[in-house]
Order: sequence, then structure tokens, then C-alpha cells
Amino acid sequence: MEPRRMESSRPDPDQLLTSLREETERTGRLKIFFGASAGVGKTYAMLSAAREAHRQGLEVLAGVIETHGRKETSALLEGLQILPLREFVRDAGTVREFDLDEALRRKPGLILVDELAHSNVAGSRHPKRWQDVEELLRAGIDVYSTLNVQHLESLNDIVGGITGIRVWETVPDSVFDRADDVVLVDLPPDELLKRLSDGKVYRPAQAEQAAKHFFNKGNLVALRELALRRMADRVDADVKTFRASRSVQTVWATRDALLVGIGGGKDPENTVRAAARLAERLEAPWHAVHVESPQAQANGARSVRIRKALEMAQKRGAEVATLPGRSVPEALVEYARTRNISRILLGRSVEAEGRFSLNHFLPPFLRPSTSGRIARLAPELDVTRLATDPLADRAEPGGERSGKARRGRPARGALSHYLVTALGVGAVTLLSMGFLRGFELTNIAMLYLLLVLIAAWRLGRGPALLSAFLGVLAFDFFFVTPQYTLAVSDAQYLLTFVVMLSVALITGTLTSGLRYQAQASVRREARFKALYEMARELSGILVREQVTAACDCFVRTGFQARPTLIYPDAERHLVLPGAVSSGARADSPPGAPAEVPDSGIDLAIAQWAFDHNLPAGRGTDTLPASPVLYLPLKAPMRTRGVLAIQPEDPSIVLDPSQSRQMEAAASLVAIALERVHFVEVAQDALVRMESERLRNSLLSALSHDVRTPLTALVGLADTLSHSGEPLTPSQRELVEGLRDEAERMHRLVNNLLEMARLSAGKIPLHLEWQPVEEVIGSSLRAVASSLKRHIVVTDVPRDLPLVRFDAALLERVLCNLLENAAKYTPAGSTLRVAARRAGTMLEVEVEDNGPGLPPGREGVLFEKFTRGDEESAIPGIGLGLSIARAIVEAHDGKIRAERALTGGARFIFTLPLGDPPASLPPEPA
Amino acid sequence: MPASHIPSHVPSHVLLIEDEAHIRRFVRAALEAEGFQVFEAESAQRGLVEAGTRQPDLVILDLGLPDRDGLEFLRDLRGWSHVPVLVLSARADEKEKIAALDQGADDYLTKPFGVGELLARVRALQRRSPQGEATAVLSFGDIRIDLVARSVFLRNAPIRLTVMEYRLLVFLTSHPNKVMTHRQILREVWGADHADDSHYLRIYMSHLRHKLEKEPSQPRHFLTETGVGYRFVG
Repeated sequence: MEPRRMESSRPDPDQLLTSLREETERTGRLKIFFGASAGVGKTYAMLSAAREAHRQGLEVLAGVIETHGRKETSALLEGLQILPLREFVRDAGTVREFDLDEALRRKPGLILVDELAHSNVAGSRHPKRWQDVEELLRAGIDVYSTLNVQHLESLNDIVGGITGIRVWETVPDSVFDRADDVVLVDLPPDELLKRLSDGKVYRPAQAEQAAKHFFNKGNLVALRELALRRMADRVDADVKTFRASRSVQTVWATRDALLVGIGGGKDPENTVRAAARLAERLEAPWHAVHVESPQAQANGARSVRIRKALEMAQKRGAEVATLPGRSVPEALVEYARTRNISRILLGRSVEAEGRFSLNHFLPPFLRPSTSGRIARLAPELDVTRLATDPLADRAEPGGERSGKARRGRPARGALSHYLVTALGVGAVTLLSMGFLRGFELTNIAMLYLLLVLIAAWRLGRGPALLSAFLGVLAFDFFFVTPQYTLAVSDAQYLLTFVVMLSVALITGTLTSGLRYQAQASVRREARFKALYEMARELSGILVREQVTAACDCFVRTGFQARPTLIYPDAERHLVLPGAVSSGARADSPPGAPAEVPDSGIDLAIAQWAFDHNLPAGRGTDTLPASPVLYLPLKAPMRTRGVLAIQPEDPSIVLDPSQSRQMEAAASLVAIALERVHFVEVAQDALVRMESERLRNSLLSALSHDVRTPLTALVGLADTLSHSGEPLTPSQRELVEGLRDEAERMHRLVNNLLEMARLSAGKIPLHLEWQPVEEVIGSSLRAVASSLKRHIVVTDVPRDLPLVRFDAALLERVLCNLLENAAKYTPAGSTLRVAARRAGTMLEVEVEDNGPGLPPGREGVLFEKFTRGDEESAIPGIGLGLSIARAIVEAHDGKIRAERALTGGARFIFTLPLGDPPASLPPEPA
Repeated sequence: MPASHIPSHVPSHVLLIEDEAHIRRFVRAALEAEGFQVFEAESAQRGLVEAGTRQPDLVILDLGLPDRDGLEFLRDLRGWSHVPVLVLSARADEKEKIAALDQGADDYLTKPFGVGELLARVRALQRRSPQGEATAVLSFGDIRIDLVARSVFLRNAPIRLTVMEYRLLVFLTSHPNKVMTHRQILREVWGADHADDSHYLRIYMSHLRHKLEKEPSQPRHFLTETGVGYRFVG
């Protein structure tokens, strides 16, 4: 019965959300029935699945089905809607092809398209059927299709090699991999051969030929294995994608993440594989990072290897990044610290690469390894060296671990730099004294100059200066006459000294500036990446809390600051998250601190930023002394709130590029919030629509279920009074009472239902131009039985124009007014119904000469469940007039009650006259 | 009103298709008291079978049947039979009635209805069913229509009608007691092009009433079926 049906259509919020998402971005789902060869029963399986879908009420259309004359298969088609094939006329006769346009036009829920690999007839929209399928999917239609393993592009060669038969109809693997579902239809080769010999696959003539060439057991076993393997790959990938999508979401929640460094050395993919396995086992999110140092660029094969490795890492769920940086260990440590990663994995590919800069000058056995340097740089990190054999993925933690995390950067090897410089000067001096005795002194000076340049380039300004001084000293002492004193006999050497010192200063300053810029750009890069990551995260968000989380993580990692998102309430007053809305209002009287002690956020400033749509607080033009920066969240439609940013270290000053990024972040957050808002709006609308539908079906069910027993009641009562034997007066009275009560009940139910329908919001009007006289006539006839003991007079001028109204509803108004009048006036009273023109309105009135309305209650009469005299003995619940008012107002009219001249009651309603349609067509003579 | 209607020598057959047993019971009792022979069916399926085998003179059809849409039933029935059909509807809205009438139903009753109303409708349909022999003169109330001379008299005084008014009058009077939907009338009198111009019809009805009814706002012959159409009552 009806109520049960309604229960099942009650909206489930989750379902709504899903359907909402589907509605907005729904593309169809592709399900492929995949088999090793023809004859395994793919089409049969597809049709069975389709029948099931059909049975569940889905609209299924058989787009194209190749039954190959198989009886069981075509039997399954019965009862399904079949799309006629399109006919192409060719020289050789007509060719039939799947009709894509008609399928798109019909837009079924599910369409069956057999043989995904089929090549279309020339002249079709797409050369290949799988392209037709893609178009169907884009149109939001679900597709079932079938595919044999030999038609997969990547396996085509292999299958050709095995069977000796090449097929030219192939489907790109990407189509197969992107399919939402793949069902493997498997049949052991022996059974398939039996089916073949039974003639179930091909008609007998074909079968023999086919058996000879293709369907021998060896081929079938091989094909089956290929199909099973390909399927296993896919399942594997499915699991990975599932995991990937989950782990990306939780990346910020967990601190136990892994970082793997990818280098261009040997086999970086093995490193990735090992790291992925480890991450999966630990169920930890993981990051794969390649550090691109200036020394190790621009090698084609190398960058391809790295790119492949990174792609693979991304596929298996890693966050992937390429960092520019001078040194691999430093960049890795930096990355790990900003993301709270506790463990770094290193494979051979990176180890091989960690040797450059100064270490180039050291003999190999003395060069520190990347892992060693990381361990020194950041003792708080676990460093794990991955085993060299990729298959043995036993990975031993190789780094020592110190209990205390050291904050900040460890001391640079500054001293060693100076030492190296001094050694260099010594070496040049020895070299010059030993081998270059006969050289011109200017050339020797050049050697010292070169040393200064190298020191400036490699070691910075200090060592460069030192090398200049030492060089000048050594040059003077050992080479300039008089030798072995610091005295200078020839004044021209003073110029040499000055030049050497200047070169050292200039190059040293230049290189150190460059170095600073490089570091700054690495930091900027990191922030941009953080911004980008936040944008990516925000793009998938559906609820507000997720926005907060994404924003929090961005500001914390990018700016070492604490963000708070403050949203406005309905009156556009900001309310601190977690605060009781009335207690922490921003509109508290001036002077009273609206500050919540714990947060340090000043709501008054936030409110100012919100109201003026301008940033305020720290570092802005408004209240710059505040320790907190307030950024309005400007979205296209309106400002969505305020982002408050509190730096952890109040002394840090934001540079302009940082504040620009902060503003960019704020607008990203604002747009995400706006989207979330509209998602909620759409959800609400959906719920409302759903509930409206629910109400309508409830009302019609009610009206049906109530009317049926009432009909029986009225009818049976009538039957009693109409039956052969005459009734005694008391019996007759009883029967009449029964009937009257049933009728009253019917009126009551009608009124209640009507009221429920009218108060549900927009009343659907069936407006037509018609004379009001007509509806007066039909109303009088409808209530004739109640008016039997009254005199009815009508006064409707003949020349009244047509008026636009819903006849059924207006009849309801008039009937209610007339029944009311009949009910509240004594028998024999006169009722007068009149209509007239009054300005731009038509006025209709129902007047009686009865006792009239209770004084002062004319206005409240039209309220729901209100009666003129509360204690009246006359039955009724006071709905009739409020229904009348709802209907009249829906017609843009007004209704009122007043005292008639006769002392009785008068009800008047108006309807707008408007412009009646053009006059009548001329009549035939 | 006990058995006032004298049954003709052969009792008329009525087929009642209704799923509610109580309603079947009182309708049957009322009709049998009038001398009809009543056959019952509680589903559309059974109804079609009965309609085919019993050759009823009248079908009373409930639109809300459990197994099949009543409108569909009507379409099937009209494929091979012209038997008058009285439709019972539990819904107040007019769309269903119009659909039923356009589908070939002859009249409708909205639930709940009394025995008196039911019998009145049944009798009216009964009278129409033998497709009354063509007469040259039609008279009802104070009105007389001479179909040969194409003239109309009200209390013996000639009344001038325009061509369209006359056509409308003749069309309505040739379907006494039957509800005609707006579309049906417009199509027959004005032609298929005007099937949606219902205001023409309303203006002409108003003209007819003003010329022929004593009290045009309380008509006796040209009745309005609100939201559905018109009914001529002799």
C-alpha cells in the first residue's frame, strides 16, 4: 500500500549527497566483461547482468548485441528494449552499425554495447566502437561491454606471437584500465573446446575452420593465462588506487610518514617499489622526492629515469615533489622537517649522487655518504638504507637515532672551509715554488687569483677573503723580491695586492648573494608547493571542517603560524569557533573586550576586516600593532568569514611575497567555503524537493484511502434507506444521521487535504480566461443540497469581462463561502451572490441576511482553525475561510468580511481583471 | 426510491469493476433494486474477460484498480466496444477525469457518491444507449429546436442564434447527459485547430445561456463541469 512506498522514498542524506554529486559531474560507469577468447560466454554474462539491472528497475537498452546465432544468448534478450541498428547504404549492399545518435537521444540508464574492439563502418562518427562508448559515458550513460584479451593493445603482439593470428581491432589499455568494473568471464579450455565442438560458439561450418587455426588447446591455455594475469594486474591497481586516495587524505593526520629520496643513479624504480612496499606494510603515507641540484642536471637518460620513478611513486600513492637545492641531504632534511616526516629512505640511486661540492676534492673512501650526512644534519630522523637487491625488500634501519630532537640547523662546517682555504693557499705556494720556478711572477699571481675565485664560488665570502689575504702574504713572502720578507721593493706589486683583495671581495659578495637568492627561492618554492597542495586538497572538499584542516596545515607548514577560521552567524556577526554565539559576539558594547582569553584573537578587529572586506591587524594599515593578521575571506558572491593568522614567533616580519601568498591562500579558502556553502544549498533544495514529493504522494494516498471507506459508508447508508422495506421514523433518522456524518467527514477531510496542499508553499494554478458567471453557477449547483432551505439570488451583469483564474479552486472558495452562509443563517434566509467591476479588479460577494458576524472578529476569521464564535454549536473546525483566503491570495486577489446593510454577513473577494485574450474569430456566414 | 423504474422485459446487464468489496456491495444492491443484472469484477484483468463474455449494456469502472491503470483498461475496451462507461474516481483533481473522458468514458462520479447520484447517472446513460432514433424536433424545458428548419424557439418565440451558437447547441443536445470535455467540444464545433482555445467555448456557452436559460448564472440545461467541460441536461 501507499504508506510503505513512501517510506522507501524518504530521502537519506548520504544518498542525496551522492546523487547530488552524480548529478553535477556524473559520467557513466563502464563495466567490461572480459574473456580469454570468443565463446567463453561474455555476451551471455553481460545480458544476465543487464536483466538483473532491468529487474531492479533500471532502464536498460540493448545497443548492439552479437548473438552469433546462439540460442541461449538471444533468449536473454527477450524483454529488453532493443535499439534498432542504423543502416548505411554501401556499394556492396547495406551495412548495419550501432546507432550512437539514437542511443544518446534515448539516454537510457544503462546501454549494452557488445564487442568493444569493433571497428565501425566507414562514415560513422568514430572509427572505433570504444570511442562511441566513451561518448556514451561522457553523456552520463552507464555502459556494459565485452572484450577479448587479444584485443588489448598491449597484448596484441603477444597474442599474435602465440596464436599466429594477428587481430587489427584493438582497444587502448587505458580504456580497459579506466573501466569502473571489469568482470572476468572464465571458462576452462576443455569446456570451451567442448562448446565449440557442440556448435555452441560458431555455426558448424565456421567452427571447424576456427578450431583448426585458433581454438587449439595450447592457444587457449595461453590466452586464458594472459587474461587472468591482466585481470590480476588490474585488481592490484584497483587496490592501489583505493589506498592512494585514502592515504592522501590522511597525510596530515599522521606523523609517521616516510620520505624516499629518488636519485638518477641505478634503477630508481626499484627504490620506489621497495619504499612503496614498506609504506604499505606500515600503512603510512609516503613522499617521494627528487632533489635537483645544479651539478646534476641536463642528462636526458637520467631525467627520464627519474621522471618514470616519480610517476610510479605517484601511482602507488606517494606525494611527489622535485626540489631544487644545492645539496641532497639538506633538501631532504628540510622537506622532512616541514612535513613532520620521521623516517627517510635512501636507495642506491641517491647514495650514488650525494657526492659533490667539497667532497669532490676528497678521495672516495673519505667522502661522507648521503645517509651519513643526513644523520649528521638531522639526528632526530631515522635514516633507512634500502637493500640493494630490489627483490629482497628487507630494509634495515641504518642510521643512528638520538633521543632528543635538535631544533634548528646544526653548525655549518665553517671552520673546515677556512682550513681548506689555508691548505689551498699552501698547495699553490708549494706548487709554484717547486715546479714553476722559472715562471713570471704575474702568472703565479694569477694562480693565487684563481684560488680566490674558487674559494668565493665554493666556500663563500669569508674563505675568499682569507684566501686573498693569505695569497697576498704568501706571494709577497715567497716570491716578491726581497724574498722571505714582507717588504716590497717594487711599488707595482702593491697594485697586484689591491687587485687580489678586490677580486676576492667582489666575487665573494656576488656568490654569497646568489647563494642567498637560491635559498630564498627554495623557500618560496616550498611555500608555493604548500599553496598548491592546499588548493588541491580544497578542491575535493565537501564540508567545512575539511577546509579548516587543509588551511591549518598550510599555514602551519608554510608560515610557522596558527590559523583560525572565523565564520559569521546568520546576522553576519562573526562567532569564534567553539564559542557560545551570544557570549562572544563582536557587537558587544565598545570598550568591553570581545577577546576570548585563550585564543588571542580580537573579534572586533576581525569583524572590522569582515565588514570592510580589507585585511587588518599585524602588518596592515589597520591596527598594525595587533599580533594577529586578519584576512577577509572574499569569495565571488560574498565574504565568507575571516582568516586569523597568529605567527608562533611574534618577532618575525612577513615579507610582501609572504603576505601575497597568505592572501592567495585566503581567497582559496573563501572559494572552497563558498563551494561548500552551495553544496549545502543544493542539498537543502534536494531535501525540500524530496519532501514536497513525499507530501504530495502522502496527500494523494490519504485522499484515496479516506475516500474509499467513505464511499462505502455513504453508499451503504443510502442502500438502507432505499431498500425495499420501509424504515420506521427512528430508523430513517439514524440512517440519515449516518449519511450526514459521513458527508461531513468527507468535507472535513477535503478541507484538511486542501489546506495541507495550499500551505505547502507554491500553489500550482491552472489559470484560464473564463466568465465568473460560470463558476458561480457550478458552485451553486455543487452546494445545492445545503442550500435547499435558503433563497438564492444572483446578480451578475452580462457584460463582465473574462477573468483569468483556476476554476476548480475558485469554485472551492465560493462553495466554502456559500456553505458557511447556509450553516450560520436560519432556514429561509436569503443568500445573494453578486459580481461587479471595481477599478482594475473584479469583485465577487456573498451576502446573507442572517445574524451577522460577531463584531470585531472579521479579521481573525480567515486564520486557520479559527471560528467566529469559539463555542458555537454548529460543527466545523474553521478551515473553510482560511482555504478561501489562500486561494484568493494565490490569484493576487484579496478577501475580506464585513457587516452587510441588512445586518447579515458579507464576504467579498477580488480578482485582478488583466488583459483578456483577443476577440473571437469571425464566424462563418 | 424503491424500484420506481420499470425494468424493460430483458434486464439490462451492468458490469461493475471495483476492487473495494463494500462499494461493490452497495452499488450492486442499488442497481439490482432497479432491476439491473449486475456482474462484478475486482480487477481489470477479470473486468476485460467479463466485458468480453457478458456483453454488458453498461460498464461501471473504478479508475484506481490494483492490477492495472483504469485509463489503460478503457483504451483496451474502446478498441472493440462502444458500451457506455461510467467512471468512478477517488481523486478530486480534474486531470484524471478529463483523461478518462477523452479516452472514451461517458460520465464520471467522484467518490464518495450517494446511491441517488449513481442511479441518476446510470439511468441517463441507459436512456442514451439505444442511440435514439433521429428526430426532426427536439424539445426540453421551454426550448424547442427544429433540426430541419434550423430554428430555435424559446416559449414559442423564435430566438436568433449565430451559426456557431447553433452548431454548439446541436452538438451539446445530441449528447444529452454526457459530460463533454472542452477539447472534445472545441474539436467538433470549431475544428482541431482550435482545440486549445477554451475561451471561445466559454464565451459561446455564456451567449447560449443568456439566450436560452432563464437564469444564466443558475443554468438548468447547460451545466458546467468545473475544470472538465460541459453537460447538457434535457
